Amino acid sequence: MDRRELLKMIAVVTGGVVIGGDFLLTGCKNPDSGEVSMVFSEENIAFLDEVAETILPQTSTAGAKAAGVGRFMTVMVNDCYTKEDQDIFHKGIVQLDEACEKMHGHGFMKATPEERKALLISVDKEVAEYKKKQADEKRLAQEKNKQGQEKPTDDIKAQPMPNHYFQQLKQLAIFGYFTSQKGRTEGLRFVPVPGKWESVIDYKKGDKSFAGLT
Amino acid sequence: MADNTFDAIVVGSGISGGWAAKELTERGLKVLMLDRGFDIKHKVDYADSNKPPWEYPHRGGRTQKMIEEYPVLKRDYPLNERNLSWWCSDQDHPYVEKKPFGWFRGYHVGGRSLMWGRQSYRWSDLDFEANAKDGIAIDWPIRYKDIAPWYDHVETFAGISGSLEGLPHLPDGKFLPPMAMNIVEQDVAKRIKEHYNNQRWMFIGRSANLTAKIPGRDSACQFRNICSNGCPFGAYFSTQSSTLPAAEKTGNLTLRPWSICTEVIYDKDTKKAKGVRVLDAENNQTYEYYSKVVFLCASSLNSAWILMRSATNIWPEGLGSSSGELGHNVMDHHLKIGASGDVDGYEDKYYYGYRPNGVYVPRYRNLPGGEKRNYLRGFGYQGGASRESWTRLVAEYSIGAEFKDALSEPGKWTMGIGGFGEMLPYHDNKITISKEKKDKWGLPVLEFDVEFKENEKNMRIDIMNDAKEMLEAAGVKNVNAYDNGCEPGWGIHEMGTARMGKDPKTSVLNSNNQVWDCKNLFVTDGACMTSASCVNPSLSYMALTARAVDFAVKELKKQNL
Repeated sequence: MDRRELLKMIAVVTGGVVIGGDFLLTGCKNPDSGEVSMVFSEENIAFLDEVAETILPQTSTAGAKAAGVGRFMTVMVNDCYTKEDQDIFHKGIVQLDEACEKMHGHGFMKATPEERKALLISVDKEVAEYKKKQADEKRLAQEKNKQGQEKPTDDIKAQPMPNHYFQQLKQLAIFGYFTSQKGRTEGLRFVPVPGKWESVIDYKKGDKSFAGLT
Repeated sequence: MADNTFDAIVVGSGISGGWAAKELTERGLKVLMLDRGFDIKHKVDYADSNKPPWEYPHRGGRTQKMIEEYPVLKRDYPLNERNLSWWCSDQDHPYVEKKPFGWFRGYHVGGRSLMWGRQSYRWSDLDFEANAKDGIAIDWPIRYKDIAPWYDHVETFAGISGSLEGLPHLPDGKFLPPMAMNIVEQDVAKRIKEHYNNQRWMFIGRSANLTAKIPGRDSACQFRNICSNGCPFGAYFSTQSSTLPAAEKTGNLTLRPWSICTEVIYDKDTKKAKGVRVLDAENNQTYEYYSKVVFLCASSLNSAWILMRSATNIWPEGLGSSSGELGHNVMDHHLKIGASGDVDGYEDKYYYGYRPNGVYVPRYRNLPGGEKRNYLRGFGYQGGASRESWTRLVAEYSIGAEFKDALSEPGKWTMGIGGFGEMLPYHDNKITISKEKKDKWGLPVLEFDVEFKENEKNMRIDIMNDAKEMLEAAGVKNVNAYDNGCEPGWGIHEMGTARMGKDPKTSVLNSNNQVWDCKNLFVTDGACMTSASCVNPSLSYMALTARAVDFAVKELKKQNL
């Protein structure tokens, strides 16, 4: 059954809305286009590493930075995102730094781990609100759609509101981490060749998930 | 024998072609097997079979460039970074959609036998009698008893794992030990059985993955569940793992990749096929090959395409078109519909290994003696239960060490089932050869005029609502029912276009898959199907192919061909 399940497994569905997760981002409205560079600098990559590290920090296992998540994010944004989402992402880097300035009086790179954590928790709350609105809009659009004609099959994933930059950052951090060598081998129990199927085994809290090559 | 002359030619090397080659060569015939695409050597050419996600630049995802380059493939799961070269290029292989049709093809040796879902079920007289009982299309010329011994034969050789359930409409077979259901699936299955008084069933899927070692194969399944990248253990059925080595072992097989069969050469004096004409896809040269018997196993729609281009000086619509049915009655299964939800409890249970198989709910609607619905035929479900992984939403923590720890552990159990519905054969669902559009070899492409109709649409309402009702009856919580919409083709179970029948006036093939108008020409892939069932069709192609070969060789010996 893997052929039917493949997408489900590679999709990052942490936010309910899949961003670049099934790599099908259609129907995003074009946001106001300001002047933002669409090329990532090494500074950007360092910044993204620190954001990802704040989301998934080093503990007894590797964190996102050690897993190279910052650079991976730039590859995904460059190659897999639509122009609209690239724009949101690039602006998001600036917006997040500004939000840090506002909350802590200095930019993200100068912030302490505690300050970074407090900032991202607050931005994540903002995203939760935003996602509610997004879901409502989507429901509304779908109802409208139903009253009209049948929905075109090409357009199932269309959503009426653009994505929030922190949805993107968080999902890419998680996807990048758990599909990286460090994340998968340290953050999960990496067993590429189980050799057998045991349909029922005991589990105790704290045991990590098994993960293979998918 | 001249080097362009064989006893038999097999066009196509997928599930059906591989079986034809094996059965023909094992009966001592010298066989040429053609495939239009590149060669893939077993194990050696499975580049992605051991590749971890971090070795893919986009970790297995799809890029905007891929989306642009694959306007068809992008419509469903096949478009991703893993193994993309095994799905044919949409640019090189265009077709015309008068109505939407997603055609997902594998143009290489082994065809889609390398990427298939491996679900393997027998059809029954519920299927073979359906058209006659409903007064739909035409009657199948065979019944279950005709194909049953051939199911035995192909199951034993291919290696199908499954459980014996005793259901007359989904017959048991020669199975390897079943894979087990996990703890949640076991309990859901029990509750469904109880709730519906043993009139609905859920059990482990029947799958062409080896749960035990069998002769001729190296290894049993290692439970990695990345079968469609090619298995380095050779533990699922494919042409490469199973039928091709058997055919090669006889010393009677010649395999020719890069060979686009452009037509069957028909001799109007003998009323027989002389052989085939081949366009070499690499050097654009044309070659002719001759044989006593020809098997078309090029996939449902491409076998019809070849017939439509053959003997047009006698029949303008092609060889086998005298009935007016060639290219008609295109069928598929409809899907992308079902329900899923959460399962409370079982936090102290888990599973080990990645099972390349799920659970199956066989058809229960419109069975003999049951309540009649507002549509004909029925549907089955495939699904499963699992614990959520790192891809889930964690509500308790937004970021940080606790969040990371939570994602590292399995989450709650979820259970989902998705429907596979039968599509009726409609004469006006058809493919034709385009008068305008050509591919890069200058060959005219197919035009699709295929749609789901009222019967399928009515059935979908039941598929969605029943899924929700059954899961809720089994104690699944927060059940979400969905209908994501479906185009014909998305089931990747194309059938019809050269159906079997009892009467040359209404069918293309007879009960032995022989073209009525050309008795040494056989079509044994999905093109031959007279109805679609709701049951996965590949095992039936294997059985029908083996049966037709047996008949053909006997006829050859009697000098009837």
